[in-house]
Amino acid sequence: MSQHKIPGWVNFALIPVLNVLLAFLVSALVFVYIDISPWSALKVMWQGAFGYDEGWGYTLYYATGFIFTGLAVAVAFHAQLFNIGGEGQAYVAGLGVALISLSLGNVLPAILVIPLVIVFSGLFGASWAFIPAYLQAKRGSHIVITTIMFNFIGASLMGYMLVEVLKPEFSMAPESARFPEASLIPKIYEVLKPLGIELTPSPLNLSFLFALVCCVFVWLFVWNTKWGYEIRAFGANPSAAKYAGVNAVKVTVMAMMISGMLAGFFALNTVSGEMHQLKLNYVAGFGFTGIAVALMGRNHPIGIVMASLLFGFLYQGGAELAFEFPGVDSKIIVVLQGLIILFCGALEYMLKPYVEKLYLAAVAKKEVSHA
Amino acid sequence: MKVLFKIAAAAAISLTATVSMALEFKPAVIYDQAGKNDKSFNEAVYRNGVLQFAVDKGVVVREFEPQNEAQMEQGLRRLAQRGNSPIVAIGFTFASAVEKVAKEFPDLQFAIIDMVVDLPNVQSIVFAEHEGSFMVGVLAAMASETGKVGFVGGMDIPLIRKFACGFEQGAKFYNSEAEVFANMTGTTPSAWSDPAKGAELAKAQFSKGADVVFAAAGGTGMGVYQAAKDESKLAIGVDSNQNYIQPGTMLTSMLKKVGIAAYTTWEEAQAGEWEPGFKVMNTANGGVDWALDQYNEKLITAEMKAKVEEVKAQIISGEIKVHDYMSTNSCEM
Repeated sequence: MSQHKIPGWVNFALIPVLNVLLAFLVSALVFVYIDISPWSALKVMWQGAFGYDEGWGYTLYYATGFIFTGLAVAVAFHAQLFNIGGEGQAYVAGLGVALISLSLGNVLPAILVIPLVIVFSGLFGASWAFIPAYLQAKRGSHIVITTIMFNFIGASLMGYMLVEVLKPEFSMAPESARFPEASLIPKIYEVLKPLGIELTPSPLNLSFLFALVCCVFVWLFVWNTKWGYEIRAFGANPSAAKYAGVNAVKVTVMAMMISGMLAGFFALNTVSGEMHQLKLNYVAGFGFTGIAVALMGRNHPIGIVMASLLFGFLYQGGAELAFEFPGVDSKIIVVLQGLIILFCGALEYMLKPYVEKLYLAAVAKKEVSHA
Repeated sequence: MKVLFKIAAAAAISLTATVSMALEFKPAVIYDQAGKNDKSFNEAVYRNGVLQFAVDKGVVVREFEPQNEAQMEQGLRRLAQRGNSPIVAIGFTFASAVEKVAKEFPDLQFAIIDMVVDLPNVQSIVFAEHEGSFMVGVLAAMASETGKVGFVGGMDIPLIRKFACGFEQGAKFYNSEAEVFANMTGTTPSAWSDPAKGAELAKAQFSKGADVVFAAAGGTGMGVYQAAKDESKLAIGVDSNQNYIQPGTMLTSMLKKVGIAAYTTWEEAQAGEWEPGFKVMNTANGGVDWALDQYNEKLITAEMKAKVEEVKAQIISGEIKVHDYMSTNSCEM
């Protein structure tokens, strides 16, 4: 039996789909328990997320954020580095965006400011990942511990910056002033309006296209460059890679900084694209959910886009659910997301042995009948 | 032809929207991210506004609790799209969202609490917290044996300094020698839910000699009230009537009737008397007050009651002018 290989589609498509279905099945039981028909709940969520253009807008807007944070986790993971710090890297990147937008937004035209905003969001995110990476590479401080701690340091730093430095006088909320028009990333509905396509306003902005560009970049980088090869080799077996001449310090720092940069791009979508000002805790857990997205997407850009769409659907559909069933605690959505993360992340390989066995049995049967 | 069709469709949609609006009264509320069961600000709106309105008028108020930053504006817009009106937004964090959405739906009525949004279809409800704080400041100074009283604020924002400033004025009005210690819990929203730190701050003030502490700190206040009980000192609650939380050591509560404010907005709209603009809830119209009930009646002597009622009457008549911190961004005595 062992001469048959398990084809890729079983691992990369069938098992994730089965996991999601299983999660939905358990969620359905939860819905039954609280007296909501799971079918109508699903219909409301589907309709809310994909049924009309504004819903699509929100779904893709959330998905954009997840693509960035998901890619960030994936790149580091190829070097066997578990970057838990996406939350903090994205948060600090918001500072880079705010500083550039507020200082140069009134001085330079959009065509110059927006590229600078993109560069600085990436730069701030990458630099926040640099110190943990350096400590891991040079001192052996575990990356999981240091990146988690850097989330807290980042939160304190941002709290200080927002309250003491960026908050306009007489304002009560810990948030920066609004950014000048030139520094904002245009919304998709604004871009399409002059072309005669009318869409309901939604936060979906051009960062979505940039996120797709980043997916292509990650694919090219990880699978088609020498550096990507080094990262993967190092991730597969650090000792062998070192023996083969891979510089461990360089690979660790490079993988983490690219990871931090991608997490930093999250600020483009949320801060420059939607909020138009820097707010306290604006990342709101998207950095952590990125870990689940990367796990589900098997650290591959295509998988990450699919997983991001699923989470975008859950976020947007979930908000609609809270609307349609006002009596229901809106935390039910958190339960739903938790179940998906549980089945697709933590219990990722639960079904694997059974599915593989079934597949092999089916193949063997086919061969017998052929004979 | 296509354009014509689009216009016709749009007209039909807006027509049905106005018709359904005229037929139905659909009030709504959107809470901030703390949620409606936060034991403080949002819950006051839920209990004294939403539930009360359902009991009195038989109208169920549509509620929404946003789960993240993006859903604040989205939720507001979705409520508006469904023709809900008036929509009451709870808290100053909604300012930018209300400003955007109210412009998109000029036919609907909006209200925001604790913030001013200057639009023709928005009612901005602000409270004269300094007046209420002044009254409990007088009570604190009267109840204090040491002549020292304390204030524990939540997040360090002008609104909370307004409480502190009013409290200090009240204490010094009764006893010009009174010493007032003021501490803020923090500078970020987590300062609203840190009872451990609230207890520490209260204990620090007790050790400096304070024997009455006023907490304007959301959930953090629970720690302050507990600390007062543990050390047999007195505490003053805020927003809702919190006297019941530690009966016997709660001197009183400074009432900020957010629930009533929301209730009134819906009531006015139902009666067709709703008006946009600036609305101040103060001592004169019962928007702020001090609390007396079975839990603290033993602590409030007849003399104290007479004095604070006299002060209250003087605030209403304008004889006592309490300085509002937010009018100058400084506390002037």
